[in-house]
Amino acid sequence: MGDVLIIAEYEGGKLKGYSRELASKAVELATQAGGKAQGVVVGKNVAQAAEELGQFGIAKATAIEGVDLEPYRGEAYTKVLFELIQKIKPQIVLASASNLGKDVLPRLAMKCKGGLATDCIDLKIEGGKLKAKRPIFAGKALVDVDFLSDIQFATARPNSFATKVVDASKKAEVEKVQASVGELRVKVKEVKEAEKGLKDLTEAEIIVAGGRALGSNENFKIIRELAEVLGATVGASRAAVDAGYISHDHQVGQTGKTVNPKLYIACGISGAIQHLAGMRTSKVIVAINKDPEAPIFSKADYGIVGDLFTLLPILTRKFKELLGK
Amino acid sequence: MKIAVLLKQTPDTETKIKIKSDASGVDETDIKWIINTYDEYAVEEALRLKEAVGTGEVVIVTAGIKRAVESMRQALAMGADRGILIDTEGLTLDSYTAAVILAKVLPNEKFDIVLAGKQAVDDDCVQVAHGVATLLDWPCVWPIEHIELSGDKKSVMVVRPVSGGTKEVFEVGLPTILCCDKGEHDPRYASLPGIMKAKTKPIQELKAADLLAGETPKVKWVNFSLPPDRQAGKILKGEPEQVCAELVKLLREEAKVI
Repeated sequence: MGDVLIIAEYEGGKLKGYSRELASKAVELATQAGGKAQGVVVGKNVAQAAEELGQFGIAKATAIEGVDLEPYRGEAYTKVLFELIQKIKPQIVLASASNLGKDVLPRLAMKCKGGLATDCIDLKIEGGKLKAKRPIFAGKALVDVDFLSDIQFATARPNSFATKVVDASKKAEVEKVQASVGELRVKVKEVKEAEKGLKDLTEAEIIVAGGRALGSNENFKIIRELAEVLGATVGASRAAVDAGYISHDHQVGQTGKTVNPKLYIACGISGAIQHLAGMRTSKVIVAINKDPEAPIFSKADYGIVGDLFTLLPILTRKFKELLGK
Repeated sequence: MKIAVLLKQTPDTETKIKIKSDASGVDETDIKWIINTYDEYAVEEALRLKEAVGTGEVVIVTAGIKRAVESMRQALAMGADRGILIDTEGLTLDSYTAAVILAKVLPNEKFDIVLAGKQAVDDDCVQVAHGVATLLDWPCVWPIEHIELSGDKKSVMVVRPVSGGTKEVFEVGLPTILCCDKGEHDPRYASLPGIMKAKTKPIQELKAADLLAGETPKVKWVNFSLPPDRQAGKILKGEPEQVCAELVKLLREEAKVI
């Protein structure tokens, strides 16, 4: 009892940032629960990423490898991860609230008849069991989750926990498992890759978002230019999406994505209640709007009242100078 | 083609959320109730699938209290054929038990496709549709933004948006459960004749308590709260060049985020 399993993700052979963060949390929870933290990475050539978990204090990890395990496929991942859970019998199973974690944990929790708290912003051990805090109504309210099941599942919102490297030279002991999942019922026909490998809004550390004030699809160019200099992901308000300036996968808010970056730059966004709900946990909020009465200013750490068409190109140039780009 | 839509009634997304004084839940006075935004997309896609085939039935399946009938009627007014309300009055369900009761009801109807929203805009759990699919052992795709029926009507082609703008195209055999994101179709408005017809369309009522078969929730929600309010910060004033330079400096030196 007391063991914590984290499902870690990788990119280019290395652990993803949010998995590093989750590894640190898993070690802390396992210590409190009187057990050990273990990791698992599923995919192709994942042993190196699994070893990396050692840096955060995870001694043992499993690398489940197979030709049909990259990219993520819900059915395949559920099968191999369920087998692992049955074998190592953890008390707590954690994943990030990423595209992968949001899809696979509900399936695993149901198969194991365990409780699941999704998109958590705080995790701790209370009375020997996991206890979670999570936003509801896209962040308009919060709730604490008590678990009634013996096995407890949770996904953690990216950028919620501190990454703590215990020993940068330490490697986890990795057990490699070859898996073949056979034919899947959900068959891949085509994958249309995005032009650039930009981070999803939910995982982004910096977001530059535009609102209806942009006025057109072409004008979003000035948002994209600033985002590019900062290595940021482009967001948008519902008004901008409804007006057809940008696609829905960029929408931040209650009917779009809930985001948690370290910096959120809102340009020409007034700050409707649904939008504020979706971005209020950003560490630092910058608002640029010509209306001094815009509600967004009441939530912003830094505000500039002015015309975004004048300000954004200057800001882009200043960041370029600062970052040497 | 027989299609079910799992529909939940949720507060309007414009709602300012208030918490009960004993922190036991959300204060529901003054809330305007709507069809969960993503479930409304699912209703639209279900109606389009039925229209593409020319025959079939769209059934609205809701686990909720009597109040939810109003939202079910809205879906019937959009064009769905009938409803099944699983009355949860007096019970506190979690995602686990909600999936259990839905998975008890769906097999009786022999649906070809079950559509759901990709999440409910109230609890944001993203669990019930996955749970139902797991219990029924049906393939499930989450989320999807496009559905097309194959020529032989035995499978569907779906488009799944993934991180960073990539789109995956899948073929899935029926029956399947698909979780709808916002796609290219806006939900239709109910017509006046549609609203009139909806009043007499059948809604069958079942009791959730009869379907649980001893299953109990796996989680309990306690201590509802509001997030700490953010305080307004500095408004930078001056000429554009000057305020932009100041902002860049503050973000690097004070906020340390660049």
